[in-house]
Amino acid sequence: MDFDLSEDQRLLQDSLQKLLKDKYGFEQRKGYMKSETGWSRDLWAAYAELGLLGMPFAEADGGLGYGAVETMIVMEQFGRALALEPFVSTVVMGGGFLRHGASAEQRAAMVPEIAAGKRLLAFAHTEPQSRFDLHDVATTAKKDGAGWILDGRKGVVLHGDTADDLVVTARISGQRRDREGIGVFLVPATAQGVSRRGFRTSDGQRAADITFDNVKVGPEAELKGGLALAERVVDETIAALAAEAVGCMEAAKDLTVDYLKTRKQFGRPIGSFQALQHRAAEMMVCLEQARSMAMLAAMMASEPDAAERRRQMRAVKIEVGRNARFVGQQTIQMHGGIAMTMEYAGGHYLKRLTVIENMFGDMDHHLAALSEEGGVFLAA
Amino acid sequence: MELRFTEEERAFRQEVREWIDANLPAETRERMASGRTPTKAMQVDWQKRLYAKGWAVPHWPVEWGGQPWSAIKRFILSEEIQSTPAPSPLGFNCNMLGPVLIAFGTEEQKKFFLPKLASLDLWFCQGFSEPGAGSDLASLKTRAVREGDHYIVNGQKTWTTLAQHADWIFLLVRTDPNAAKQQEGISFLVVDMKTPGITVRPIITIDGAHEVNEVFFDDVKVPVANLVGTENRGWDCAKFLLSNERTGQARVGASKERIRRLKLIAKEAPGGGRPIIEDPRFRSRLTDVEVQLKALEMTTLRVLADENRQLSQRKPNPASSVLKIRGTELQQAISELYVMAAGPYGLVAPHDPEADGRNEPDVAEDWQTLAQATYFNWRKQSIYGGSTEIQKNIMAKAFLGL
Repeated sequence: MDFDLSEDQRLLQDSLQKLLKDKYGFEQRKGYMKSETGWSRDLWAAYAELGLLGMPFAEADGGLGYGAVETMIVMEQFGRALALEPFVSTVVMGGGFLRHGASAEQRAAMVPEIAAGKRLLAFAHTEPQSRFDLHDVATTAKKDGAGWILDGRKGVVLHGDTADDLVVTARISGQRRDREGIGVFLVPATAQGVSRRGFRTSDGQRAADITFDNVKVGPEAELKGGLALAERVVDETIAALAAEAVGCMEAAKDLTVDYLKTRKQFGRPIGSFQALQHRAAEMMVCLEQARSMAMLAAMMASEPDAAERRRQMRAVKIEVGRNARFVGQQTIQMHGGIAMTMEYAGGHYLKRLTVIENMFGDMDHHLAALSEEGGVFLAA
Repeated sequence: MELRFTEEERAFRQEVREWIDANLPAETRERMASGRTPTKAMQVDWQKRLYAKGWAVPHWPVEWGGQPWSAIKRFILSEEIQSTPAPSPLGFNCNMLGPVLIAFGTEEQKKFFLPKLASLDLWFCQGFSEPGAGSDLASLKTRAVREGDHYIVNGQKTWTTLAQHADWIFLLVRTDPNAAKQQEGISFLVVDMKTPGITVRPIITIDGAHEVNEVFFDDVKVPVANLVGTENRGWDCAKFLLSNERTGQARVGASKERIRRLKLIAKEAPGGGRPIIEDPRFRSRLTDVEVQLKALEMTTLRVLADENRQLSQRKPNPASSVLKIRGTELQQAISELYVMAAGPYGLVAPHDPEADGRNEPDVAEDWQTLAQATYFNWRKQSIYGGSTEIQKNIMAKAFLGL
C-alpha cells in the first residue's frame, strides 16, 4: 500500500494546476460562463494538449492508458478551480461507455477525436419519473429491421446541449422499473428526431432536456452491457466526482481560513475566536475524511466484483456528501454575508458541492440501499 | 500510488489470524467478545505469549525486541488483535513509556526496563493528570525536591487508569517551581508503587467500574537514577509520548469487531415484531456508522503510510488529528447502537454481588447489561488523551495557522 504519487502523476498534477492557476481565476471563470457554450473552448483545447482528454483510453485506441488515480488527480484540480468544461460528461462518462461497451471500430472512430478535443459526449439517463434509479427507464428502443427506433424524453442531461453524441439508456423489453431489458445506445446528437433544449444548472454549468421522437439508429448503436455497463460507468463517475468534491472542499476551506485571518471584528481577526477555530478544525476533519473516501473510490473503481464495487461507492457517496455539505455550509457561515453574493467564490463551492451531492443518488438514497445490501463490512 | 494490500501483506494477515486462533485462551476471547475488559491475569498471560512470539512491541527498534516491519504490517497485527478480539499489548508499557525510554532513557534504564515492559513483567501506570491539571497539563503541582541521591515527591495524581494493577508508575513532577515558563520546570520520573508513602484510592466511574484511581504521594523517596531524560526537561518526554500515539487512538479494528458482533446480536434482538436489524431506522443508523468507520480506516492507512517514510521526509499530516476526534466519536456512536439494540433489557445494571452486597438474579444477557454501562464508560473517550476540544485547538494552531 502506497499513497504517494509517482513522478508522472506529480507532473500531471503540476501541469494542470499551473494551467488552471493562470486561466481559471474566479473572474475568468465568470467570462467562460457567459460564453455561448457556457464553458471555455480554449481551455478544452489546452486540456487536449496536456493529454487529459485521451487519458483513460487504451494506448492502442489512441489514449494514454491512465487509470482511476490519474482521474482523481485531475478531478481534484478541476474541483479547486470550479471548472465548467464537460470533462466528466465526455471523458469520464462518455469515455467509460466507449471503453467498456463499444466495438473496436467505434473506438477507432471516436477516441482520437475525443482526445483531440474535437468530439463531445453526454450521458442521457435521467427521466422525469426516474429520480435516482438508473433502471427506471420509460424511453423505448424498438427493433427496426437490423437497427433501432428510440422514443422518449431525457431530462437534466449534463452538457447535453453541446454534445456531439449522446449515450442513451432505453427500454428494449419489460416494465418501466425492471432491471432487465435495458439497452445503452450511442446516438448522434444531430440524428433526425433528436431535439434539445439547453439550460443552466444551479452551479452555473450546462445541461439539456432532450426528446427522442422516432429516432432511427443502426444496429451498431447498441453498446454491449446494458444496465450493468451503465452502473459500471456510473461507479467510475462517482469516483471522479468524489475527487472533484475534495478539490472544491479544499479550496473552500483554504478560502475560509484565509478570510478568518484577515477579517477583523471587535478589533481583532475573527480567526482568534475559538468558536470559529473549532469549526475550521472540523472543516479540516471533514476534508480529510472525504479525501480518504475519494482514494477508496479510486481504488474500487476498477473492482471487478460489481456488487462489492457498488457497495463501496455508496459508502463514498454518503461520506463525501455528508462532509461536503458541512464544508460548503460552513464556508458561507464563517464568511458571513460576503459569501452569500454571486460576486464571491465562497458560495459557488457550496453550489457545486450541492450539485455533486445530488448526482447519481443523494445520501439517503445510498444509505437506504447500502443498509438493504448488508452494510459496508459484510460478515466473513 | 498503490491503494491495495500486497500479496505479502494479505498473507501476513492470514498468518496472524491463525496464530491468534491457536494461542488465545478461550476464556479470554469469550470475556472480550462479550464487551468486557480482560482481567489482569488474562492481560499478562496474553502479552507474554505475544512477547514470546516477538509481537508485543513490533514498533520498537529491533535491538529492543522490535520487528523490521513496515507501518502497514504493524497495523495489520494490531488490527487483527483488536478484531479477534484479544487484549492489545498494554499501552502504558508499549506505546507510552517504552518509546520514551528508547528516546530519552539511559543505557541502564533501557536494559532494566525495556524487556520487562515488553513482557509485562512490570505493569506501569501513567501519572500525568492532577485535580488541577487536566487539559492544562503543564500546570501540574506534584512536587519533587532533590535531597542527595533522592527526590522527595509530594502531591496527587488522578484518573490513573489501572493503578490498582500497577507495579510502577511514570510521573510528571514539578522540579523547578520558579522556571520562567511552567513547561520548563517539569521532570519525568519512574517510581516503584511499593515505595512507602504511595496510596491508591479507587474512583468508581458512572458505569460502576473500578478502572481509574487517585494516587497520593506523601514524602515518597525516589532515587535520582529514576529520572528519565534531563531534570526540568520532562515536558519534552511528555510531548513526545503524547505525539506518539496517533494511529492507536482510532481503534478501527476494535470498532469493526464491535459492529460485526452488533450485527449478529441485532438479528436476534426484538425490534417490534421483527428482529431489530430489519428496523429501517436502526439499520440505516448502523450503516451510517459503518460508512464513517470505512473512511476512518482509510485515513488510518494514510497516516500509517506516512509513518513509513523517513523522518526527514515526513510532513505533519493533518489526517492524524482526524484519528482521535473521529475515532472516539465513532466508538461512542457504536455504544449508542448497542443501547438501542438492548432496549428495555438495557436497563438492567451489570450484576456485581461484591459491590452491591446483595445476591440478585441474572435477568439479562451479558451484552444487554453491558450496553448502557459501556455507553456510560465510553463517554470518557472524547475526554482522555487530549479532549476533542484540545485536538481542535491543536489543529487550528498547527495546521490552519489560526
